[in-house]
Amino acid sequence: MQLLSGNEATALGALKAGVRFFAGYPITPSTEIAEVMAEELPKVGGIFIQMEDEIASICAVIGAGASGMRAMTATSGPGFSLMQEGIGYAVMAEVPCIIVNVQRGGPATGLPTKVSQADVMAARWGTHGDHPIVALAPYSVLESFELTVKAVEFSLRLRMPVIILSDEIIGHMREVVKLPEEVTIYSPPPLTKSRDEYYHYDDDTNFDAPYAHFGQGYRIHLTGLTHRKDGFPTNDPKIIKWKLDRLLEKITKNREWLHLVDYQDLDSDTVIVSYGSSARSALEAKFEYEQRHNKKIGFLRLITIWPFHYQKLQSLLKNAKRVIVVEMNQGQMTREISRVIKHNAELINVNRYDGELITPEEILAVL
Amino acid sequence: MKIPEIFEFIRVDERLPHILCPGCGIGSAMNAMVRAIIESGLKNDDVCVVSGIGCSSRIPGYIDADTFHTLHGRAIPSATGVKLAHPELEVIVIAGDGDLLAIGGNHFIHAARRNLDMTVILINNFNYGMTGGQASPTTPQGKYAKTAPYGWTERNFDACAIAQASGAVFVARSTTYHVTHLRTLIKQAIKKKGFALVEVISQCPTLYGRLNRMGDAVKMLEYFRDNTISISQIKDPKEAEGKIVIGVLHDVEAPEYYETYKEIIRRAQAQKHHV
Repeated sequence: MQLLSGNEATALGALKAGVRFFAGYPITPSTEIAEVMAEELPKVGGIFIQMEDEIASICAVIGAGASGMRAMTATSGPGFSLMQEGIGYAVMAEVPCIIVNVQRGGPATGLPTKVSQADVMAARWGTHGDHPIVALAPYSVLESFELTVKAVEFSLRLRMPVIILSDEIIGHMREVVKLPEEVTIYSPPPLTKSRDEYYHYDDDTNFDAPYAHFGQGYRIHLTGLTHRKDGFPTNDPKIIKWKLDRLLEKITKNREWLHLVDYQDLDSDTVIVSYGSSARSALEAKFEYEQRHNKKIGFLRLITIWPFHYQKLQSLLKNAKRVIVVEMNQGQMTREISRVIKHNAELINVNRYDGELITPEEILAVL
Repeated sequence: MKIPEIFEFIRVDERLPHILCPGCGIGSAMNAMVRAIIESGLKNDDVCVVSGIGCSSRIPGYIDADTFHTLHGRAIPSATGVKLAHPELEVIVIAGDGDLLAIGGNHFIHAARRNLDMTVILINNFNYGMTGGQASPTTPQGKYAKTAPYGWTERNFDACAIAQASGAVFVARSTTYHVTHLRTLIKQAIKKKGFALVEVISQCPTLYGRLNRMGDAVKMLEYFRDNTISISQIKDPKEAEGKIVIGVLHDVEAPEYYETYKEIIRRAQAQKHHV
């Protein structure tokens, strides 16, 4: 048993999952992740490097990821904004890497030391262009560890960046946890093709497939330009569509295992939907309500924030007459949930965006 | 050297013809780079060529090796990741003046300070070629560019002076006229352990040259021939005024980043404990 913060658990999860490269830039409230990595990585022969800014950090991570290392960076709002161009590159060039965003209040410098969940849409649409994205939101210290391990697996399977959307509360709170001794980690299948037969973006290689990295003699070419299956740029409309469809398929064909949710009592009339640290208050409100009224209410926690699985959530929320979305922003996930329930249920949102955690009482007030 | 040896390093089959304009200097710089790689005894799979965005940054696409065409300005931090993951690879960055000195300026100075082993070939043609001839950080004051139709109001960077001041251990300059000299400098840069910069003064006859009435590529090369001075020939600093100074401008020893980090790994592993 250990007393750990969410940030420390995230770093330890990364180490356990085989992350051996970390490039970062100090920013509150994520800095502890970099500090733990700076101390622990050399012990396992890994590399920690403090870069000159977040742009350089994500680029170094992409360089290492493209070179076959499990690579990660951690940041918060302003740094996450700077990393967006790199995230787009990693999507386009299909480079696995992990970006942790310990959310704080925004926009701009906002609230460095206070909590927020306002980067839900920045995670989805922060980088330009049509693109898939995967984002996971831990709600406890243990889950910070577990989801970091999962994020590594997802990114290696899908050949793309995976975002961990933590938040200031999760990052800084301490819990007593028992971390697993061993974790099983996916490795891409070994390359069997020779250099002459190999195409870095061959058909059916967009997920769960072998792929080369720098330093293996495959002479691969990576570019952010829209490219052919050999990696070289093209303006051919057919190939452009092929490439963007190929990226999208990473999500559409894997949505079932990518979409992680936690739920209880969904046959109730009222269901609270939440994620990250807000979900802790939501769960507390559920228990409190049930004790006071001797009546069950449902609870649905999104662990995978992106991709958003409309059909699955529709089915999970099909009995609900009232859906209460609890989040620390002006309603970013509420809009998504409204598209799930349409007019079949009443939608109530409980939001705070003043840097303070939503209290169970505030949720109880609308129940 | 026989010509075919170069082709060992070029993706001849699918990638040619190239995108460069007639008379462009970037091909000469690429030629010098490839020959320097070969003369250094390196094979295709020993190198990784990294670039950003721009005309010069399209070069890796023609090189038959691991090649990494990154984001605008981000060649150096991307190369940093590759080099640290594969210290055995010879990592060569080749990019233009706008890429390395404007949008990538911060990365440029910090990489020089950090002194991770890499060779940076800066092709300076005094303007943004890919986007059509806009002014760059190296456009001299008073010269014309598409975004400086009345003459450029700003002063220009001296990339070599910046690199030296920032901690680069090897700094050299040549031109696309002095191709043999350039090749020798790139070879020295490859051999150097640490951050090594070779600035290549290059002609862009299509844009910068035309906008400034400098004549065709040959005229521009003649200008380079007639207006350069080797650093070894300068006895009085006045002789260098108005001239392009070429040669090895700076060559010192300093601890290389990864060598230093390896020592940290050794120490950390000697006193292992977990948080």
